[in-house]
Amino acid sequence: MSYAEEMTRTDSRMKLRRVRSALVALTLAVCMTLLTACHGGDSTEWRLTNVTDHMPDLDFRLVDDQGKAVTGQNYRGKVVLLYFGYTHCPDVCPLTLAQLHAILQKLGPLADSARILFVSVDPARDTPDVMHAYVNAFDPRAVGLSGPARDIEALSKRYRSAFTREPDKGDGQYEVSHSSAIYVFDRDGKARLLATPANQQDDLVHDLQQLLSQGTGA
Amino acid sequence: MSCRFANTLLLLAAGLLLTTGAYATEAEHIRASQAWLRVLPGDLPAGAYVTLENTGDQPASLRSARSTTYASVMLHKSSDEGGVSRMAMVETLVIPAHGKAELAPGGYHLMLTKAASSVKPGDTVKVTLGFGDGSTLETDFVARPANATDAGTGHDH
Repeated sequence: MSYAEEMTRTDSRMKLRRVRSALVALTLAVCMTLLTACHGGDSTEWRLTNVTDHMPDLDFRLVDDQGKAVTGQNYRGKVVLLYFGYTHCPDVCPLTLAQLHAILQKLGPLADSARILFVSVDPARDTPDVMHAYVNAFDPRAVGLSGPARDIEALSKRYRSAFTREPDKGDGQYEVSHSSAIYVFDRDGKARLLATPANQQDDLVHDLQQLLSQGTGA
Repeated sequence: MSCRFANTLLLLAAGLLLTTGAYATEAEHIRASQAWLRVLPGDLPAGAYVTLENTGDQPASLRSARSTTYASVMLHKSSDEGGVSRMAMVETLVIPAHGKAELAPGGYHLMLTKAASSVKPGDTVKVTLGFGDGSTLETDFVARPANATDAGTGHDH
C-alpha cells in the first residue's frame, strides 16, 4: 500500500470515527431530553442526586434487631434511609447515624414515618442483640439489619455498593471498608435519592421534607 | 587520648542536654480544647476528638495516646474516597507552629478500645497524649452520648 493510499484510509477512518462520536453525542442528547421530559411531571427540585428509575426497588431478605425475618415489603409506607456500616466502626458510622438522627429531629413529627435501615457489613460480630442496643442509642426510628453474609452481599450488590473486610490487626480486631452513601426510598419502595458525605445536612432535610410530604404513588 | 576525647564529648553532650532542658517541651506549648469521646453501647470501640493548638515556634507532633480507662488507644484517620469509607492507623499528627490540628468526626480521631469499666455519658476520661520529644499532656475528655456530633460546649439541641 502506498503512502497516499494509507493516508486516505487513515483519513476516512478518522472521518468515520468523527461521525460515530457525533452520533453518540446526539443519542446522549436525545436521551437527556427524554429523561428530563420523563421527570417533567415531577416538579420537585431535589438537592441530592436523583436516582429515580436508575436503581432497583427496595428488596432484601434479612433479620431485624428484634431477631425477626424481614423483607423490603415490611417497610412499604415508610420513607427509608438505607446505610451500610458496622458497630465496631468508631468514627464514620456513628457520625452518619448521629447526623441522620439530627436530620429526623429537624423534620419533627413528619419524620415519624421515616426509617433508618442500618445494614451491617460485619454480620460475624453484629448479632441482632448488638445491633438493637447500637441503633437505639442513635434514634428510635433506626432499625438494625443483619443476616447471612450472602444475603447482605446480595443487597449490597443490588445498589452497586461494596464492602471489604480489612486484614486482622493481630488481636482479632479488624475494620471493614464500606460504601459511604445513603440511599433514599419513597413509601412505594422506589429508589429516589442518593446522599453522599459531600451533601449538607440541610439538603437532606429539604429533600426528605418533600418526600415525606408525598403520599404513596399507588 | 581517645579516652579523654570521649570524656570531653560526654561532657559536651551533658551540657547540651542541660541547655535544651531549659527550653519548653512540645507538650508545654499545646493547648487542648473541645475534648470529647462518643460512648457506644456494650464494649464497642469509642472515637475521641480534640483540638490541639500549638503556641510554640516549633512544630509539635502527636505520637501516642494512652488511658487508664481503656486498654488500647490508637490514632486513626477516616477517609472517604470514591464513595468508600476507610479507616487507617496513623503514626504521627503534626501540629504546626502557631497553628492547630483538629481531631474531629470523619477525619483524625483516637480509637479507644477495651474499657476497664463502663463509661457513661457525662463521665470524664483522662487521656495522656504523647508528643515527638517524649513529653506528655494529660487531657480530660468528656463522654458524650452516641448521637452527639460535637463536644456539646456550644449550642446543643
